[in-house]
Amino acid sequence: MSQEQPSVFLERRAYRQRRMADAARMLPVFGVVLFYLPLLWAISGGQGRATTYVMSFLFLAWLVLLIAAALISSRLPSGAETDDAFKDE
Amino acid sequence: MATLNVLVLASLLYVVLLFAVAFAADRAALHGRGAWLRSPWIYTLSLSIYCTAWTFYGAVGFAARSGLEFLTIYLGPTLIMIGWWWTLRKLVRIGRSQRITSIADLISSRYGKSNLLAVLVTILAVIGTTPYIALQLQSVTLSFAAFAEADPNASLGDASSTALWVALGLTLFTILFGTRNLDANERHHGVVMAIALEAVVKLFALLAVGIFVVWGIAGGVSETFARIDASEIARWDVPGSRWVGLTLLSAAAFLCLPRMFQVMVVENEDEGHLRTASWAFPAYLMLMSLFVVPIAAIGLDIMPAGANPDLFVLTLPLQEGREGLAILSFLGGFSSATSMVIVAAIALSTMLSNHVVMPVWLRMTGGTGIVVSGDVRQVALLTRRLSIAGVVLLGYVYLRLSSGGAALAAIGLVSFAGVAQLLPAMLGGLFWRGATRIGALTGLLVGFAIWLYTLFLPSFGPSVILSQALLEAGPFGISWLRPRALFGVDGMDPLVHAVMWSMLLNTFSFIAVSILSFPKPLERLQGAQFVNVFQHSATTGTWSGGLAQSEDLLLMSQRILGAAEAQSLFSKAASRQGLSGYLPEPSPDFLQELERELSGSVGGATAHAMISQIVGGATVSVQDLMAVADETAQIMEYSSQLEAKSEELARTARQLRAANTKLTQISEQKDTFLSQISHELRTPMTSIRAFSEILRDGKGLSEADGEKYSTIIHDETVRLTRLLDDLLDLSVLENGQVVLNTQTGSLSDLLQRSVRAAQGEEGQLEIKYGQIDQNIVLTTDLDRLAQVFINLITNARKYCDAKEPVLTISTQRQNGQLIIDFVDNGSGIPADMHAVIFEKFSRISHARVGGAGLGLAICAEIMTRLGGSVGIVPAQGGSAFRVILPPATVSQATSPAA
Repeated sequence: MSQEQPSVFLERRAYRQRRMADAARMLPVFGVVLFYLPLLWAISGGQGRATTYVMSFLFLAWLVLLIAAALISSRLPSGAETDDAFKDE
Repeated sequence: MATLNVLVLASLLYVVLLFAVAFAADRAALHGRGAWLRSPWIYTLSLSIYCTAWTFYGAVGFAARSGLEFLTIYLGPTLIMIGWWWTLRKLVRIGRSQRITSIADLISSRYGKSNLLAVLVTILAVIGTTPYIALQLQSVTLSFAAFAEADPNASLGDASSTALWVALGLTLFTILFGTRNLDANERHHGVVMAIALEAVVKLFALLAVGIFVVWGIAGGVSETFARIDASEIARWDVPGSRWVGLTLLSAAAFLCLPRMFQVMVVENEDEGHLRTASWAFPAYLMLMSLFVVPIAAIGLDIMPAGANPDLFVLTLPLQEGREGLAILSFLGGFSSATSMVIVAAIALSTMLSNHVVMPVWLRMTGGTGIVVSGDVRQVALLTRRLSIAGVVLLGYVYLRLSSGGAALAAIGLVSFAGVAQLLPAMLGGLFWRGATRIGALTGLLVGFAIWLYTLFLPSFGPSVILSQALLEAGPFGISWLRPRALFGVDGMDPLVHAVMWSMLLNTFSFIAVSILSFPKPLERLQGAQFVNVFQHSATTGTWSGGLAQSEDLLLMSQRILGAAEAQSLFSKAASRQGLSGYLPEPSPDFLQELERELSGSVGGATAHAMISQIVGGATVSVQDLMAVADETAQIMEYSSQLEAKSEELARTARQLRAANTKLTQISEQKDTFLSQISHELRTPMTSIRAFSEILRDGKGLSEADGEKYSTIIHDETVRLTRLLDDLLDLSVLENGQVVLNTQTGSLSDLLQRSVRAAQGEEGQLEIKYGQIDQNIVLTTDLDRLAQVFINLITNARKYCDAKEPVLTISTQRQNGQLIIDFVDNGSGIPADMHAVIFEKFSRISHARVGGAGLGLAICAEIMTRLGGSVGIVPAQGGSAFRVILPPATVSQATSPAA
C-alpha cells in the first residue's frame, strides 16, 4: 500500500499545476474586466469621475494583476516539465 | 553655463559606455562566461524596447492632450504578458522548435514556407516601421534643440545634422554587434546587454523626473493630486470606443511589431524566462507610466502656454534650473530612441536579407551558386549589413521629407495599426489548422490596403497625397468610399474607424478564403506542427532524399554554416546512423535537421528552396499526411506502414550492399597483396641469389664488378628488411604491444622535421603552410607522430597527379582538439576508396609507384594508439587527410617554443 503513495502525490501535483494553468488563462480575462470597469462609471457618472480617482483605481488594479501573475507563474511548470504535466492537453 | 557642451560630453560618454558594455558582453559570451547574460531579468529588460522615445516623451504629451487615454498603450501589452499561457508560450515554443528568424519567417513557415507571404510581411513591416524610426530620430533632434534653446551661449548649427549623426552612430553600432554571426537564431548578447542597460537608464530617468515633480515642485502626493484635479485633465472623459480600441490595438501591436518579435521570440533562450517576464514586464510598464499624469498636469500648470507638452519631461527640469536632472532625462530619451532603432534595424534587416535578397540572389545564380561559386555566408552577412544601413537611412530620409512636423507625433498609433494587420494571419496560424496560405495572403492584402487608404495616406494631412476633395467627398464622388467614413460610418474617431474596418475585413477575408481554399500538403504539415506544437515537438519527415548527394549537401552547408560547423553537423549525423566519416545517409530525418539548421541562418523558405535544389523536390509521404490529417483509415495506415518499412528496408539494403562491397574489396586486395608480397619478396630474393651465385662462381671478376654486385645484394636486403619492418611494425601496433615514448615538443618543429625527412631526394612537391599556431606544444610520442606526418607528406609527393603539386598544411583548434589538415591539389581519392583506404594492403591504383599499401594502415594504427584519429575529409578539392589529436596531448606555450 505504501508503495502507491508517491504516485498519488505526483498526480496531485500535476492536478495542481493544471489548475494553476487554468488560473493563468483566466488572468487576462479578469484583467480586461478590471481595466474596462471605469468605462461603466463614466456612463453613470454624468460628468465623469476625477482623473485622480480613476488613475488610483487603474494603478491598484495593475498592481493586483501583476502580483497575481507573479504568484501563479511561480507555481507553473516550465520548459521540459511542462510537457510532462500537460501531455494530453 | 556650458549646458550644451556638458550635454554633448555626457552623451558621448554614454555612447562609449554602451559600446563597451556590448563589447564586454559579447566577449563574455564568447568565452562561455556570463551565465547572468541568460537570466530572465535581462530578458525582461530587453522587452522594454516597447517603450520608445514615443513613450518616454510622448506619453506625457499624450496625457496632456487627452488625460488617462495614454494608459491604453501599456494596458494592452500588460494583458498579453499576464496572459502568456495563451499565446506567448506557444509562440516562443514554435520559434525555438522551427528556428524562426523573424515574424515574416514565422508566417511564411506556417503557410507552407511561402516566400511570397514572407515578402509581403517584410514590405508591410518596412512601411510600418520607417516612420517610427523617423520619430525616434526626431525625438533626439527635438530634445537636443530644447537644450540649445535653454542655453543662451550656444547656438545649434543645423538641427537635422544631429539626426544624421545619431543615424550614423546607430548604424555603426547595429552592424558591429548585430551581425556578428549569420545564425539569426543565436542571441546577440552585446545588443541585448546594451538594451538592458538602456532599459534601466530610461526607467531611472523617468522615475527621477517624476519624483522631482511630485515631491520637488508640487510638494507631496496629496498636493499633486490637488493640482491634477485643478488642471485641464481633471475629468475622466475618455470615449469608450477609443479606450477599448486602443487597448486592443496596443495588445495586437505588442505581438506583431517586428522589434518586439525579435526580442520576445527570436532572442529568447529559455521558455522559462516568460514566467518572470509575465509579471516583471507589466511592473516595468506600470513604473514607466506612474508619474506621467503628474508630470503632464504640473507641466500644463507651470510651463508657458504653447510649450510643447511632448517635451515636458525635459523642459520641466530645465525650467526649474535642474540641469543634472535634465541631462539624465535627455539620456533616458536617447536610450529609448536608440534601443528601438537598433532592434528594429536588426529585425528588418534579417527579413530583408532572408526573404527578399537571398531568394533573388539564389534565382539569379540559378541554384548553381550554392554549389559552385562564391561564399553564401559573406553574401548574406553583407546583405544584412547593407539592409541595416538602408533601414536606418530610410528613417532619416523620411524625417527629412516629412520635415519633422506634427504629422510625426501621430505616427506611433498609425504604425501600430499597420503592423496589427499581421495579427489574424499569425494567431490564425497558431490556433487554427484550417488557415491557408491563400487566406492569409488575402487577409493581409485587404487589411493592408484599407489601412493605407483610411489611415496611413490621410495621416500626411489633406492635399499631401490624398486630395482634400477625395477626403471629403470620396473617390469619384462616391460618398460611402470616403477614407474617414467607410460604408457611411460617419462621426467616428478616425483611428478607431480605420482599425475597426481594416481588422474586421482582414479577419473576415482571411477566414472566408481559408475555408473556401484547399491547402497544399506542406501547408497542412506545417499547420499541424504549429497548432499542435505541444503534442509533437519532434517533427515528421518531409524529404524523401534517397539518392541525394550528401557531398553536394556538405559543400552547400559549408558555405552557409562555415566549414567546421557543417563538418561537425554531418559527422555527428553520420555517427548517429552508425557510419564513420563525414557523409551521412541522406535520410529524411537528417535532411529535416539540416534544413532547420540552415533556416536559422537564411530563413525557412530559402533553406527549403536550397535543399530542394539539391535533393530534387520535397515530397510529403503518406505517413506525414497521416500525422496531419488524423484520419485513421486503417488501409491507409497499413499502406503507410508498409511504405515506411520498405523505405527502411531499402536503406538497410543499401548499407548492406556498401558493407558487402567493402568486404569484397578487402578480400580482393588481400589476394592481390599476397601475390604482391610474394612478388615483392621474390624479386629481391632472385637478384640476391643470382648475384651471390655470380660472386661465388665467378673467379675472374674484377674488383669493380665484385663491389657493384655486393652493393646490389646489400640494397636488395635493405629493401627486404624495410618491407619486413613495416609488416612487423603493423602487427606490433595492432596487437597493442607497442610502448609509447612520450616526449614534449613544439608542433611547428615537428612539422618542419617531417617535411625535411619526407621531401628527401626529389623535392618537386611544394609545401604551403596555412594557419599554423606556432605556440602549440605537444606531449605525445613525437617520433610516432612524425612517422604519420612523413607518411602523409610522402603519399602526397608520390600520388598527387597535379602538374605542379602543392600540399597545404594547416592546423586549427576545435573543442580542445588539435586538427591538422593535409590537403593537396590533385584529383583526390575516388569516393569508393574512402571506405578501404585505411585498410591494410589497400592501394589506390596498382599501376602507380610501389609500396605495399601499408603506410596509411600504420598511420591509422598509430593515431589510434595516440588517442587521436586520421581520416579523409571529402569535398576539399584534392585528397585531404585530417589528423586529430586529443585535447590531453595539446597545450599552449606561453612564449614561442624554444
